Amino acid sequence: MFRNNYDNDSVTFSPQGRIFQVEYAAEAVKQGSVVVGIASKTHAVLVAIKRNAEELSSYQKKLFPIDEHVGIAIAGLTSDARVLSNFMKQQCLGHRLSYGRNMPIRNMVDQIGSKAQNNTQHYGKRPYGVGLLIAGVDNTGPHLFEFQPSGMTEEMQAFAIGARSQMARTYLEKHLESFLDSSREELISHGLKALKESLVQDRELTVENTSIGVVGYVRNEEGTSYKVEPFTLYDGQDVSEFLEKVSDANEGGGAATAEEAAAPEGDSMEVDS
Amino acid sequence: MDHRPQAWGRPRDDVYGAYDGSYLNHGGPKNATQSPVVTGTSVIALKFKDGVVMAADNLASYGSLARFTDVKRLHTFHNTTILGYGGDVSDMQFLSRLILQIELHQDYELEQLPDIKAQRGQEVMQANNLFTFLKKQMYHCRNHFDPLWNQILIAGFDDERKPFLSSVDLRGTSFSAPSLATGFGAALAQPIMRKYADTEEQAAKLTREEAVEIVKECMKVLFYRDARSLDRYSIAVVTKDGIDLKENEQLEKQSWAFAERIKGYGTQTV
Repeated sequence: MFRNNYDNDSVTFSPQGRIFQVEYAAEAVKQGSVVVGIASKTHAVLVAIKRNAEELSSYQKKLFPIDEHVGIAIAGLTSDARVLSNFMKQQCLGHRLSYGRNMPIRNMVDQIGSKAQNNTQHYGKRPYGVGLLIAGVDNTGPHLFEFQPSGMTEEMQAFAIGARSQMARTYLEKHLESFLDSSREELISHGLKALKESLVQDRELTVENTSIGVVGYVRNEEGTSYKVEPFTLYDGQDVSEFLEKVSDANEGGGAATAEEAAAPEGDSMEVDS
Repeated sequence: MDHRPQAWGRPRDDVYGAYDGSYLNHGGPKNATQSPVVTGTSVIALKFKDGVVMAADNLASYGSLARFTDVKRLHTFHNTTILGYGGDVSDMQFLSRLILQIELHQDYELEQLPDIKAQRGQEVMQANNLFTFLKKQMYHCRNHFDPLWNQILIAGFDDERKPFLSSVDLRGTSFSAPSLATGFGAALAQPIMRKYADTEEQAAKLTREEAVEIVKECMKVLFYRDARSLDRYSIAVVTKDGIDLKENEQLEKQSWAFAERIKGYGTQTV
């Protein structure tokens, strides 16, 4: 009658040493539409594909500002993300009040990490069904973090989570070397191209379904201090100028870019499910 | 004999009389600090071109008694920030422990991140961040009618790497200026420091040597006229290269000639 006896709660190990509830939560992340994040020496960007439940409905938001210096991209259960988002907003505000500065990104990410891990070892609790990419700047520069329902958090150079995100990751791995020294615009273009890789055949990036978030770290001339370019969201018509830069028509222009576009095509069929 | 468990291990009433537990009852009003007990006197600080100088003597008085003569009232934070405490010494020790915790916490975080460590000096809390924290702490305590009886000077650098000097007191009142002094120093040392650095512009022209000289002069004047002061003092200079803290300085070239002219105090009969 029961297919699996070890997945009723998140405190019971299976005989193979697995915790199924946590693994199912990780599946929820894969159901969400894809989000991509990249960090350079000066900026961190998030780009996302939004989905609409039906033709006539609006698109579900994927990017959320947390504080002046941080934003998140979500894949999975939006309502769970809301809880984490509100928590992070409060922590950032509290830190600003107590210390008069932007909360260090790693501090903040560690806190949601602990919060999520806690859910995986208490009977009657369930893991968050959402994965996050957190982009922000602090005293040490721009950062990109990945957060998983298991409570695992890791700093990333570039990453993608969500449905068919493996294609996007393949693109990111291929261009990893160029990210660190990319400009703001180049970084956004890379993000959008990575997004494109993960699209299903007949879909494309439009002003309706694409979101872009950017946060920057601007050093003064002497390099002694920095200013935050606040986390900015681009939605709707605002993304059109970025989309034009990566449209197929413009792609044909440079030989190098044409190569880039063609290369990952080969293995785009087999990966992910 | 009373064999009930609640009487186990207690002095027997029939031998020692009934236990007076009245001191355990917390029904009445509580009594927080009404005045400081063991106190430190003035702390003075002056900004200069590329940093801040701060000084305080090494005395902790018990009323008018010079009770402890080697109490260090200048503390450092991460080799980037100096804290100078005037007022109650036990409250100073409490705050000092609090700040040590923050310092240790940050050190552990850095320990875990060897790659970030290369940027050392960037990631730790700057003087202005610590100042904001202290300000909130002081104001929080006073709102609970249990103030930390101190006035504190904080010196270091702000986010923009400019010299930073601010003061916060037991009420959470805070302000900054090119020169600051607590306690008696506010009346005796401040006018001398203002003569040299009345504005930020003037302070930005002072050299390190000049600033140290002015502060030493002020310490001397304070020792002449403040009866709760000592001729052993600490002086610290914070620059971008870190903190130079000397904790056992002796006042030099004292001249008590002016005292000849002072009449009408003590046991003099002339």
